[in-house]
Amino acid sequence: MSWTPADPMVSIKNVHKAFGDLKVLNGVSLDVMKGDVICIIGPSGSGKSTLIRCVNALNDIQQGSILVEGQEVNDPDLDKLELRKKVGMVFQQYNLFPHKTALQNVMMAPVRVLKRGKAEAEMQARELLAKVRLQGKEDAYPGELSGGQQQRVAIARSLAMKPDVILFDEVTAALDPETVGEVLQTIKDLAEDGMTCILVTHEMGFAREVADHIYFTDGGLIVEHGPPSAFFDSATDPRTKEFLSKIL
Amino acid sequence: MTYKTDLPVMMPVTPHAPEPFLALKPQHAALIAIVCILVATVAFASEGGGKETPFTVLINWAPLLLQGFIFNLVISILAMALGTLSGALLGLGQISPARSISASSWFVTQFFRNAPWLVLLFFAMFLLPFELLIFGLKIPFPDWFKAILGLSLPVMANVSEIVRGAVRSLPSGQWEAAESLAYTRRQTLWLIILPQCVKRMLPPWMNLYSILTMATVLASIVGVSEVMTLTGRALSAEGGRPELLAPFYGFVLLLFFIYCYPIARFTVWLEKKFAVIN
Repeated sequence: MSWTPADPMVSIKNVHKAFGDLKVLNGVSLDVMKGDVICIIGPSGSGKSTLIRCVNALNDIQQGSILVEGQEVNDPDLDKLELRKKVGMVFQQYNLFPHKTALQNVMMAPVRVLKRGKAEAEMQARELLAKVRLQGKEDAYPGELSGGQQQRVAIARSLAMKPDVILFDEVTAALDPETVGEVLQTIKDLAEDGMTCILVTHEMGFAREVADHIYFTDGGLIVEHGPPSAFFDSATDPRTKEFLSKIL
Repeated sequence: MTYKTDLPVMMPVTPHAPEPFLALKPQHAALIAIVCILVATVAFASEGGGKETPFTVLINWAPLLLQGFIFNLVISILAMALGTLSGALLGLGQISPARSISASSWFVTQFFRNAPWLVLLFFAMFLLPFELLIFGLKIPFPDWFKAILGLSLPVMANVSEIVRGAVRSLPSGQWEAAESLAYTRRQTLWLIILPQCVKRMLPPWMNLYSILTMATVLASIVGVSEVMTLTGRALSAEGGRPELLAPFYGFVLLLFFIYCYPIARFTVWLEKKFAVIN
């Protein structure tokens, strides 16, 4: 592959996706450079989540191209495991493994998938849990943690794989209002460390503060995009204006 | 956290433990058995005559009947072991991504799940040879062994459904989280999905074992010397005295009840315990 870090880390071109007769994506294109934080916003059902789920091949696409570090995702011979080692994902419902402790949740994939040594993986897992401010919760089971804490374990679990880019799928949507802040802070820390992040979010204030670029989707299309200041203050498309007027 | 409000609100519903059938407790069973035996004894006494009372006759036969009952338990445990092993494989087959494997596993499961146990038992009895010749070695197939095979077939089909149901009952997010962490399908199944399924499978599995234990008496129809066969023989040895029927069969009922009821209670307890954790 001739991919270099100067090329887009994720390059989405003219992606079409339908579930049966329901068209969800109708030709979406966007590029994400290394170290970029991009936020995808838009009304429910506009295909935001589907779009990022296509990036790590949880959903397949019918037409178009998604390149992750030069590797084509829309390819029947795709090595999904290799792709997913590069692309981490954090879910709305956390999806921690409830029969494993926080520490085990974080260190399991490095040991089992990346075949790292147990001691090394455990040390890294403890560091990551500390990084997401969960020292002392290593031996807690997910059921014993609050939503915000579970989501931070999920972020640590994703980071443990040392991905090049992390997808965040409405990660604060299921949280109690008072725990949203701690999760957003964790993501902000990551962004400041230079992690490439693609977020689907409804947190406009957060998007404005953290994102390098904002994409607004409606009806399976990117209607408008731009840097946060331009996007929030001088949106031109009527659909964007309407959405922003409802949500701000 | 609790919120205070004056508005009428739905309070969270605490599920009640299902009441056991007729709310029977072990002491009730003992009572029923005693009543059965007493009634029979009184009926006999009012008839007069110098023969032994049904109770003492029962005492004389009890060791033999107990041996028969233990044979039932051996059959139930071996059939359960065999059925669980093959059923687990069949259940994993049902969730296989390979269409041919999942379809054939599904068919086998449905076929044996929707067949009467007695018919399967007859099939095993009369289709299997009484001995097998392997490398010039004669391996005998006694009736009780064929009965175990016959009873393990419906167990296999039911275990297969229990496995499939438990796997399907897990939220799809578990699969997706594992996929996004680059686990292979096999790793996902063995490290993440199946460990979570075990506690979901335990209560229905124990239920099935209870049913199987009670079904082992079917083996009497095909001539295995288990407790029902022995009871019949004991009764005819005593000259088929009608007043012996109630105490003898009451005794057999009591044996099964004493064995199966604690299993049922334990299952209910497990269900409640796991309901709290989930």
